[in-house]
Amino acid sequence: MTREPQTFQSEQLTNYRVRLPVFEGPLDLLLHLIKKDEINIYDIPIALITRQYLEYLSLMESLNLNLAGEFLVMAATLIHIKSRMLLPPDDLLEEEQEEDPRRDLVQRLLEYQRFKDAAERLRWREETWCEVFRRQSASGGNQAIEAEDEVMLSEISLYDLMEALQAVLARVPRGKVLEIAPDEVSVRERMSLLMERLEEVNGLAFEALFEGQCTRAAVIVTFLALLELIRLQLVVTQQIRLFGPIRILKASENTE
Amino acid sequence: MEDHELKSIVESLLFVSTEPLTIDQLASVLAISSDRQQLAVRQRIFTVLQKLQEEYREMGRGLQLVEVAGGYQITTRPENAPWIKQLQTVRTATRLSRPALETLAIVTYRQPVTTPEIEAIRGVDCSGVLKTLLERRLIKIVGRKEAVGKPMLYGTTREFLQYFGLRDISELPPLKDLQELAQEPPELTAVAQAPSEE
Repeated sequence: MTREPQTFQSEQLTNYRVRLPVFEGPLDLLLHLIKKDEINIYDIPIALITRQYLEYLSLMESLNLNLAGEFLVMAATLIHIKSRMLLPPDDLLEEEQEEDPRRDLVQRLLEYQRFKDAAERLRWREETWCEVFRRQSASGGNQAIEAEDEVMLSEISLYDLMEALQAVLARVPRGKVLEIAPDEVSVRERMSLLMERLEEVNGLAFEALFEGQCTRAAVIVTFLALLELIRLQLVVTQQIRLFGPIRILKASENTE
Repeated sequence: MEDHELKSIVESLLFVSTEPLTIDQLASVLAISSDRQQLAVRQRIFTVLQKLQEEYREMGRGLQLVEVAGGYQITTRPENAPWIKQLQTVRTATRLSRPALETLAIVTYRQPVTTPEIEAIRGVDCSGVLKTLLERRLIKIVGRKEAVGKPMLYGTTREFLQYFGLRDISELPPLKDLQELAQEPPELTAVAQAPSEE
């Protein structure tokens, strides 16, 4: 994956490769940013959105997350739209310039949002009908098949977790000393420690996971450990209010 | 055959079947040859089904009779789910992930639809998700598009209807109007973030 040195100045925060594919795409990220800032989708402040988008990309790359090419394509698209909006109106091309350069993107976002809403309605139905049982055929029919390739980040998206991570990182000072990059061993150790803590209490606030950690490396290790525990379905995440505090709970047998 | 006898037979058939049964299927089991009798039997079966449904409901039974995927099926009542799940022998489905639901929504409302068309809406590769949905038999290949490369077309299945407790596709509400979406404040459209309560 090639990257422009000027645009992405991601520090390599870890050598550890998180085995969690980022399957929510760039449109998903944009909608997340739009909701977060309560932006009017018909009048997107393109400079602001582009900057936030690139910041996210940078963070995801620092975390060594598997970024799909579409994310970079979108970055280029946003930068292009931004530059078109900065161009002074040209008298000769006045008809062409009438078209808002954001229009296509807005259409795509709205179209996607329609299906997100539809998906949410399907989710409600699924929840009701998962409580209803019928005679199962020998193979167990649809009810027994596990989704293997799909990794469920519970109900919370990766972006919500990253939002929370950014807040935590902001409070940790950048060390002047060269920090040891997290590796497999440190992440595994942290995973065990986290599980131990969760055995004792009935859930932890996201921020509580990072108590006592004063270096960026330590914070990253903890975050990676959390992602792995989520992937292994050993913990679940909960967020009652939109952009509200996140809680981490041990997954019980009856949790799906 | 008396009505109560018919009701009893229908109930047994529904109990034993792993799939929803249509009135036609029930009627064919009763093997009536003449058309005139067929019509009468169908009407009787329909009445008997309504009665069964009512009985289950009124007698506070642990079962219910539902209309799903174009047929009828006996299922458990949702409020008993916590107990049922305690039974080791009962396997419960893994819930669908959000990308899976979104992809499924696109197939549902745009079927028949191709992979590139789906990916154009989601803005990301969907092959993994589609594979999962195919494996879970919630979607199937319904044909090929008459276009370059003859891409495969996807549509929803009968299992899809069962999974979501739908009689048929038309039972789903239409897609939100784009104007509607624009009028709503961001909080409302962001219902997607609300997690389920434990």
